[in-house]
Amino acid sequence: MFGYYVELGLRSLRRNPLLTALMVMAIGFGVAASMITWSVFRAVSGNPIPDKSAQLYTPQIDNWGPQQNIQGEPPAALSYTDAMALMRAHQAKQQTLLYPVRLSVLPGGTRSLPISTNGYAVYGDFFPMFEVPFEYGSGWNAADDDGHASVAVLSEEFNGKLFGGANSVGREVTLNGHDYRIVGVTRHWDPKPRFFSMFGSSGFEDSADFYLPFTRALDLKIDTAGNNSCRGQLTATSWDDWLHSVCVWITPWVELDSAADVARYRQFLEGYAADQQQAGRFSWAPNVRLRDVMQWLGYQQVVPPESRISLLVALSFFVICLINTIGLLLAKFLRRAGEIGVRRALGASRREIYTQYLIEAATVGLAGGMFGLLLTAAGISGVGLLFKPEIARLAHLDLSLVGLTLVVAILATVAAAFYPAWRAAQVQPAWQLKSN
Amino acid sequence: MHIKPILAAMRRHRAGTVLIALQIALTLAVVCNALFIIQQRLAHLSESTGIDEANLFVIHNQWATASSAQQFDAQIQADVAVLRQLPAVRDASPFNSYPLRGGGWDDFITLAPEQIKPTTDAAVYLGDEHAIDTLGLKLVAGRNFRSDEVGRIGLRQDVLPPVVIVTRELADRLYPDGSALGKPLYAMNPAPSTIIGIVDRLQRQSVSSWDKAYAYQSLLWPLREADPQGVFYIVRAKPGQLATAMREAPKALYAQSRMRIIDPKDGELSFAQIRARAYDSDRGMAILMGIISAVLLAITAAGIVGLTSFWVGQRRKQIGIRRALGATRHDILSYFLTENLLIGVIGVAIGAVLAIGINLWMVTQFEMARLSLAYVLIGVIVLLLLGQGAVLAPAVRASNVPPVEATRSV
Repeated sequence: MFGYYVELGLRSLRRNPLLTALMVMAIGFGVAASMITWSVFRAVSGNPIPDKSAQLYTPQIDNWGPQQNIQGEPPAALSYTDAMALMRAHQAKQQTLLYPVRLSVLPGGTRSLPISTNGYAVYGDFFPMFEVPFEYGSGWNAADDDGHASVAVLSEEFNGKLFGGANSVGREVTLNGHDYRIVGVTRHWDPKPRFFSMFGSSGFEDSADFYLPFTRALDLKIDTAGNNSCRGQLTATSWDDWLHSVCVWITPWVELDSAADVARYRQFLEGYAADQQQAGRFSWAPNVRLRDVMQWLGYQQVVPPESRISLLVALSFFVICLINTIGLLLAKFLRRAGEIGVRRALGASRREIYTQYLIEAATVGLAGGMFGLLLTAAGISGVGLLFKPEIARLAHLDLSLVGLTLVVAILATVAAAFYPAWRAAQVQPAWQLKSN
Repeated sequence: MHIKPILAAMRRHRAGTVLIALQIALTLAVVCNALFIIQQRLAHLSESTGIDEANLFVIHNQWATASSAQQFDAQIQADVAVLRQLPAVRDASPFNSYPLRGGGWDDFITLAPEQIKPTTDAAVYLGDEHAIDTLGLKLVAGRNFRSDEVGRIGLRQDVLPPVVIVTRELADRLYPDGSALGKPLYAMNPAPSTIIGIVDRLQRQSVSSWDKAYAYQSLLWPLREADPQGVFYIVRAKPGQLATAMREAPKALYAQSRMRIIDPKDGELSFAQIRARAYDSDRGMAILMGIISAVLLAITAAGIVGLTSFWVGQRRKQIGIRRALGATRHDILSYFLTENLLIGVIGVAIGAVLAIGINLWMVTQFEMARLSLAYVLIGVIVLLLLGQGAVLAPAVRASNVPPVEATRSV
């Protein structure tokens, strides 16, 4: 019977081509608008490190005080003083500090033109904490951190540019005139949003070229390429003055495996801030935060408002298209009241009529979904018109989006057909037969 | 026109009536808000920066070597000397940033050194005595920097020049009585900086919603940023010679010294490109909202045509009877138009409330302004006209139903 109803549905689609075209277009436009904006939204709101996002936490400590902090919230990064104190206390299984850096490199030896490269100054724990995959070698260890070692990890892409993709472990790379021994080459690794370094970044920049030891970067006075935010009076005359100022620029991350660990670490942070208050460095009560990855991304509002608004607008657009479809389906079904009357008189049950018309709606939905798929494909290639390039490139048409488009189109149309099909099933056979 | 029979007929087509009214209501709500967003974004897009955008371009010069502040400063001075000598160039100056860059240095400003709550916030530009001419700013009071006032600022040093040039907006915020010239301001430093000049207008580095409260509040200090992060050379080409200047400038710089990085992709940008980048999400939103509004109106109109056609088809016999009983074509036509108008009025009434409700919600969620009622009014008129237009064709078809239809059994 199912096959027969599908056939009936297809035949009926051809009967009122104008009405059918209208419905297919409405569903197509509605579903395409929703899918295009959804493809961007899911990319920017996704979990960048799903299997560990609940174990990775970024501590915040208010070193600015209630008069100068951000409406009661501590700053979104740490000052050097507090960052180093957290590292020394070592209260987490794994921990790192990090900040973005920009350095130059001569890709073709000393005679070539220099190019600019982006990286991060991090601790050795960074690599296991964030599950960075390695192609060659590995990250460095705590001894290298403590020894301020001149080592570096390169990304697969950067290794390709400098060494043609060969195993470069043990060789040297010269960044801003300083040599670093390469200890590892990562495989392609580019979590989006770039949750671990959001201070002065939208979270969607190009992936990193290299990683250096934090301790070595500070020795070389490599400045942050991210934000540096200060309060009060700025009177630094040197790098060291600046390091010991209230300026915040370092992002800390700790790995905490259980709820007990998290509670313990939170307690430690409170205790640290209380100690600072006691020592007279802070003249306010402890004000600390400990957010995991998803809480952090939410707090940092990483999803651009454009993406939210356009998704909302597209969804309301889809709802209106569906209301439109309800009306048109009603017209289409009730136009065939006579035919329904005959079928009912010949013994078809209400249930059968209901099923038949729902299946007919599903064929409309399928056609709408196909049309919507075409529009989605066209729209995604044009999504660069709507969003900044670094966000637009995240949107792509994959198998799951194709499936979602079709399923949403069919389900939505069938849902829209509940009422019209019910009305069709209510047709009184006697009345229809009499008027004929 | 008799409303009563229309209302009676509507009661028999409750579902269709409700659907059309609902669709009109939702369409109105979405279109009003979409038009409002478009207008806001376009207004944002057309804000001026106060600089001579048509002739300006920016070179992001990064250093490839580690050097001292003195060495960087010497290199910067050599570079701008080279740039200023190019035949297509009117003037050039080193800067730490430029308007619409998307972010950069800003300082809280106070009127006294011990004041904790800032009076305002200013975007900080660093330039030399050529800065004003390079940007094409209009000095409305006071004087420009002298070359002997221009100093340098090394890596993470807080150097506070004793003199500062501010925008009129900043001057007025600090000294609303217009007496800013010669007065001090404090920029997160115990020492004052005295206002020696006021320029007409200079946009901030960012036009984000946070910056909106401080729009056009900028200051200019006589400093060259001599640190490893690099420097921006802003170059003002002679009128009509922008392309030539943009072609020659990087070549001249590389000829001066090879140890620098001017990114081939976006190391050199004309101000038109900078403006496009700064506002691309605004433009994108305006385009998206425009497309959605247009398609939405079209679909709503098509829905009305479809459902009314169905009603006309259903009522052919009744129309025939009315015609046979003496109703004119005009009567039939105006029957359908009035019916649609009634539904439309109910729809727009609900829609207007919805539109305002949605806007109020968006205000809390997205830092958006309040919807002006003019948009609702425009939306109401557009939708009522759209409804009348959409119903016209089926109504004309209805009015063409011959009276003889009354005698036919189907």
